[in-house]
Amino acid sequence: MTATEISSNEQYNFEIVKKFAFMAVVWGLIGMSIGVYIASELAWPFFNLDIPYITFGRLRPAHTSSVIFGFGGSALFATSYYIVQRTCQARLFGEGLATFTFWGWQAAIVLADISYMLGYTQAREYAEMEWPIDLLIEVTWVSYLIVFVGTIMKRKQPHIYVANWFFLSFILATALLHTFNNLAVPISLFSMKSYSLFAGTQDAMTQWWYGHNAVGFFLTAAFLGMMYYFVPKQAGRPIYSYRLSIVHFWALSFLYMWVGAHHLHWTALPDWTSTLAATFSIMLLLPSWGGMINGIMTLSGAWDKLRTDPIMRFMIVALSFYGMSTFEGPLMALKDVNALSHYTDWTVGHVHSGALGWVAMITFGSLYHMIPKLWNTRIWSEKLIGIHFWLATIGVLMYITAMWISGITQGLMWRAFDQYGNLQYSFVESVAAMHPLYAMRAFGGMFFLSGMVLMATNIMMTIRQGGRAAAIAPAVKLASAGV
Amino acid sequence: MFKHEWIETNIGLLAVLTMLAISIGGLVEIAPLFFLKDTVEKVDGVRPYTPLELRGRDIYQREGCYLCHSQMIRPFRDEALRYGHYSLAAESQYDHPFQWGSKRTGPDLARVGQKYSNEWMTQHLVSPRSVVPQSVMPNFPWLLTTPLDYSDIEERMRALRQTGVPYSLNQTEYNANVKKFGADTAKLLDISHARQNLIAQAEQGNYDGDRSNISEMDALVAYLQVLGTMVDFRKYDDDAFVKYR
Repeated sequence: MTATEISSNEQYNFEIVKKFAFMAVVWGLIGMSIGVYIASELAWPFFNLDIPYITFGRLRPAHTSSVIFGFGGSALFATSYYIVQRTCQARLFGEGLATFTFWGWQAAIVLADISYMLGYTQAREYAEMEWPIDLLIEVTWVSYLIVFVGTIMKRKQPHIYVANWFFLSFILATALLHTFNNLAVPISLFSMKSYSLFAGTQDAMTQWWYGHNAVGFFLTAAFLGMMYYFVPKQAGRPIYSYRLSIVHFWALSFLYMWVGAHHLHWTALPDWTSTLAATFSIMLLLPSWGGMINGIMTLSGAWDKLRTDPIMRFMIVALSFYGMSTFEGPLMALKDVNALSHYTDWTVGHVHSGALGWVAMITFGSLYHMIPKLWNTRIWSEKLIGIHFWLATIGVLMYITAMWISGITQGLMWRAFDQYGNLQYSFVESVAAMHPLYAMRAFGGMFFLSGMVLMATNIMMTIRQGGRAAAIAPAVKLASAGV
Repeated sequence: MFKHEWIETNIGLLAVLTMLAISIGGLVEIAPLFFLKDTVEKVDGVRPYTPLELRGRDIYQREGCYLCHSQMIRPFRDEALRYGHYSLAAESQYDHPFQWGSKRTGPDLARVGQKYSNEWMTQHLVSPRSVVPQSVMPNFPWLLTTPLDYSDIEERMRALRQTGVPYSLNQTEYNANVKKFGADTAKLLDISHARQNLIAQAEQGNYDGDRSNISEMDALVAYLQVLGTMVDFRKYDDDAFVKYR
């Protein structure tokens, strides 16, 4: 057994995968801790502490960047580098370039978080990084594309496995979005500050074309790539339908790019644009569910694994949340629903059912599967994975339930009229009504975070155990060879 | 006959077709907004920000105000009563970047200008719960104690000029501004007088109630007080802007 594993360590570049996988855990801890903190600031504003660097407005981008790009991004680099090597049966292309993507990416997120806390921001959601960081990301991303495509070109298999289509689509789309959405004029070459090239309506449209496709490609297509490798591996069964994967891949890639304007319903964006976006949002339900069905049905014939295998449980619950939030999304993209839901916590809840329920859960499952393989050992504690699963599930449910209630309550309070035709509530009455729900959300986040802490412990112990095994492996080999 | 196998065995073809699939949506929805004339309404009164307001807007962004406050009133009866006339595209035509927002943890600010006194604004920013007990807004006491840095105001205006905001650098541009906005406004948009204009507005406006220095609070309040006040809606019929929607 050790002989084949060791040779696969030589055949593939697993060093880079290990680094990214480790940082995914670290960023998960950082990003989710900031999340719990800012959730507490909203429930108990005392936590802002009158310190400029940690007020809600400055920490919120640090939260989103740390979880989306730090945790999610590092997990995607790790799994895509792992999957592309294994499915192409080729070593990663460009050793030095791959290492550069690691340092470039980590530096970008560290710099981004620090710069937000110091007050440097482009003030456009999820694209808050100022221009020098954007340039660093651009260079890193192009290197990523080269490493990824270079590896596929070296493949020993004639076919490119479906997971790699999704990763390719994600890398190309992110390059496109990042480039056009960050066009800006710096005030000088020696200043971090810049002004967006576009203004008003055009700027809003460009931003939400980016914003929604950060969700669509960064947080969906790429994680589907992850799903297409790790779910069949963990289930020990082939993908349910090859044909379905083709249809939903092309439909998803094409349709997603049209839907961003549903973030701008009833605004000063022309009606034709937002109507078009609403229409495509409804159509998007089909390829989204195509992916969910393909993932869940892969388990058919092996459903008993749900009882025994906590990793499988993470993956199936992730797919269920994916199905639920991609149903909720088109619903919220309907103009009449959006009139109520927009500007409220419902949107925040929706994002988190996708981000915690789908993205984080599929990542947890994949990392638990992959990390012992990378370090050539077994997971330190299977039981801890089971506890993590329940903490995470309870956490997400508390979070999204709180946000559904608060979102719909806000929406209804804002539009309520009394019998004389006056507004029934002042704005601040709706703020006061949110307090218990904001507290509940913060507790939900704490559950999720404590699960993440268990995971970090489990992973650290697994890595240590792997390190010890590697240290004694040569001795065992010599002994068994009878030397 | 076509076989999908051709695509999945050829990385070049896969990449090109994927690129094609992901490019169309953005092209169809974004590009026309730059060319269709009806995208931004023709309306009088909207002007670029003065140097002081501009610095206030920078601080608004720095503190992440847009994460909890929208600046986009929708055409609904409750929003009309609560906030005022629905927002026009024209009103954010000089906003680089736009600050429409996506969340109302606090109320919309698109027309907050002139609704509260400078004293109230300052007090509310320093200590929100002293005037609105149930508020969850952070305190921003440092705005009052930090002197406003306007050493690079000209650079900021020049950068915005490059994006298309009509701040003037020469006589021709100045004359064009006089024609478009009137002489008084044109003077405020002249980059070569930015510093004097900024100081004069802060001293005259006395936004933070302290004339001894120009604080970040002066700039932020100056910005908040101009929000939504540029268009005089009494000059237009109720349905004057409907055709742009």
